[in-house]
Amino acid sequence: MALYRPADEKEIAELVATCAAQPETLEIFAGASKRAFGRPVAADHQLDLSRLAGVIAYEAAELVLTARPATPLQTIKQVLREQGQMLAFEPPSWRDLLQTQAQPTDSPAQPTGYSAQPTVGGVLSCNLSGPRRVRAGAARDFFLGFSAVNGRGELFKAGGKVVKNVTGFDLSKLLAGSFGTLAILTEVTLKVMPRPETETTLLLRGLDDAGAIDAMARALNTPFEVSGVAHLPAAVAGRVLEDGAATALRLEGPSPSVAFRAGEIARMFGGATRLDGEASARLWRDIGEVRALLPQGAALVWRLCPTPGEAAALVAALRAALSSAEAFYDWGGGLVWLSLDAEEAGVDGGASAVRSAMRTAGGHATLIVAPESMRAAVDVFEPPPPALRALSARVKANFDPLGLFNPGRMGGGA
Amino acid sequence: MILMPEPDAATLARRAEIVADLRAIVPGEGVIESEQERRAYECDALTAYRQLPLVVVLPETTRQVVEVLRYCQARTLKVVPRGAGTSLSGGALPLADAVLLGMGKFKRILEIDAANRCVVAQPGVTNLGISQAVQGLGLYYAPDPSSQIACTIGGNVAENSGGVHCLKYGLTTNNVIGVEFVTIEGEVIRLGGKHFDAGGYDLLGVLVGSEGLLGIVTEVTVRVLPTPPGARALLIGFPTMQGAGDCVAAVIGAGVIPGGMEIMDRLAIEAAEAFVHAGYPLDVEALLIVELDGCAAEVDHLIARVEAIARAYGATTCRASQSEAERLLFWAGRKAAFPAVGRISPDYMCMDGTIPRKEIGSVLLRMKQMEEKHGLRVANVFHAGDGNLHPLILFDANISGELQRAEDFGHDILRLCVEVGGVLTGEHGVGVEKRDLMDAMFNEVDLAQQQRLKCAFDASGLLNPGKVFPQLCRCAELGRMHVHAGRLRFPDLPRF
Repeated sequence: MALYRPADEKEIAELVATCAAQPETLEIFAGASKRAFGRPVAADHQLDLSRLAGVIAYEAAELVLTARPATPLQTIKQVLREQGQMLAFEPPSWRDLLQTQAQPTDSPAQPTGYSAQPTVGGVLSCNLSGPRRVRAGAARDFFLGFSAVNGRGELFKAGGKVVKNVTGFDLSKLLAGSFGTLAILTEVTLKVMPRPETETTLLLRGLDDAGAIDAMARALNTPFEVSGVAHLPAAVAGRVLEDGAATALRLEGPSPSVAFRAGEIARMFGGATRLDGEASARLWRDIGEVRALLPQGAALVWRLCPTPGEAAALVAALRAALSSAEAFYDWGGGLVWLSLDAEEAGVDGGASAVRSAMRTAGGHATLIVAPESMRAAVDVFEPPPPALRALSARVKANFDPLGLFNPGRMGGGA
Repeated sequence: MILMPEPDAATLARRAEIVADLRAIVPGEGVIESEQERRAYECDALTAYRQLPLVVVLPETTRQVVEVLRYCQARTLKVVPRGAGTSLSGGALPLADAVLLGMGKFKRILEIDAANRCVVAQPGVTNLGISQAVQGLGLYYAPDPSSQIACTIGGNVAENSGGVHCLKYGLTTNNVIGVEFVTIEGEVIRLGGKHFDAGGYDLLGVLVGSEGLLGIVTEVTVRVLPTPPGARALLIGFPTMQGAGDCVAAVIGAGVIPGGMEIMDRLAIEAAEAFVHAGYPLDVEALLIVELDGCAAEVDHLIARVEAIARAYGATTCRASQSEAERLLFWAGRKAAFPAVGRISPDYMCMDGTIPRKEIGSVLLRMKQMEEKHGLRVANVFHAGDGNLHPLILFDANISGELQRAEDFGHDILRLCVEVGGVLTGEHGVGVEKRDLMDAMFNEVDLAQQQRLKCAFDASGLLNPGKVFPQLCRCAELGRMHVHAGRLRFPDLPRF
């Protein structure tokens, strides 16, 4: 096994062409901070993109930023903050979430010298979005264009560098969330947005799960542009906030507008406590980083995306099936974080119980935190029906015909 | 003129048999054969291009779509999908040897789910029909292409349609959360649903905007949003286009994302004012309409801020709407701009490039210079917030050579858009119209990769051939790997 650190896209293209001739497979990473997310990769070589880092172009008035894929997320956030802007999809790092799991014993040697820092290419490849996703959209919605090397060792580009573009197939969407299995990103262009001037969070206390789902839907159905909608049940809320179960509603914008909207929503619910400024920001960081389920020790963590209105019933069904189940809700119920005791969950990590409950709720489930051997053995991602699996496999084959990139990472035809 | 693929003589000769076979799948009036009735389908909104289809089939059920596509696949028959036929890029232009598959009978709204803020609709429901269906619940569907009374949600999915509210609320792709579609092989596949995102590859993301080349959409789930409580608009006049362009950049740079932000140039202002008497100033070179929506506390705050920026950037007139009637009047001229231009010219051609906003002034200046070269005038109306230009090239198709000159002018404009870092189309799609310009933006490898995606969905290339890609490629050739027997090189790279 070799570790390659190419300097530019030309060297990547040459490397891929060489690997294709063998053929030999590649595990692709930059910060390697999401290496434990998804199925483990067994590849012949490792490709570290860390040298392809740096912001290439950024003009605040254009709302567009172009960067090399290994640019640290922190750098991007800092550059944007200086111009009063942000990544609206609020990507989390999941640093603590992914670090808590037991170190794998059956993995190939860890590469040394990688940063463990989230990078912009990694965020897009995993389509990672935080609490604001409920209003603003996901990472894929802000991915405007890219350059990449396909499995033939050819450098190609798709999309554009302007905010509105429908020229050709929207391959950016396809690359978002493809976990590096289709092509190796060499440059990415994102739509960025202004940072809101202020934020405030209203807390409704003491609701049960079903009541909270209902309250969150009511808040989202107001025209008051709620930009974060989460519920922390009493059992887990204490890790993030005091005083038991909390339903959190975030409002952002110019201060006169936030003051008005917060007043209206508080009145609608007969009063609410408020978190302002940094306290509000910290709560939403904690929610994005899944801190209400940390530290989870020997627990497994699932990420469920059900039909929002079905979320409470879904969690109730899972609690009935598995007594160790703990959960909290983001995206108004559209995102459920679930932890299970590893022993109770059994060898499949609770997959059969989770997937059977998801069939009723609609949506998809991903096993996020589990030992590597378990992630290799069970379907980490939602298994697609046969026709979709076959189509996904054909898509993969048309980008990476020899299966060189991150073999096995996604499963399910990918 | 852009050439379409040569029709297959054998298919043309089998027409009667094909009609009979399709009638066995879709009975009664669902198969249209007579020349007179087919005439209604000979073009879409890109009327310069016309072609009678081989036959028109209007299925009513997903089952019928499956059987029609299976039949076409088995007989190697081309298929051109069509919604309401409002495409401005020729996306639904028929082929002489292709079955035109119209989805107009899929007209039902299947479910309104207020708790999950979504609507499940058949593809033939109009864009506006979705908003109307949820109006009573205080909800609406955000993307609003100007053809929204007529255009269908299925067509919106195919074209990734936009509208004036894109900058703040996104295009179709950002508002569609699920589809059911049928592949050319007759497989029914569901992508997404009422939940957020989807597992696996984001095939929904590529299906939206695929211009009918990947599959036939038979059901669409869209996100609907609470209707903003109010909106106000500013009507701002500038002595130069550069001033208006700079003001747009400054508004966005100041952190304000308006619900809509539109610019009209002098010719468009004059035409619109003469047509609808909206009270537009006639002594300005550029008119900017900025709409802020939301609660009154926010709207009033931002109106004042935008007004201050406009004055700082040299606005000579600046009026804020004081009533809903006045706001609608400000928009009346903009919304009627295309027909207004139609009154001052026998024909016009609408272009659709996007440029970086900072280039607005310089691009419009160069467009003026091009008028001389091509001997034609251009009126400009565009979505300034996202840099999406709609130059309207005025011409008279009855004058020999003018259509060709207008097309040449349009191509020069779009090449200019790409040259300054923009793209060929912001919302109308490539279709036939911009097909042969794709190489201005993409090289051969880029285009081959896009076509390989097509191969994954439609290996025999039967769905909407002749659109989007300048050359038809065979999937077998695209799939071939040219691998040199070699050794692992890269001696210079650090290893561990």
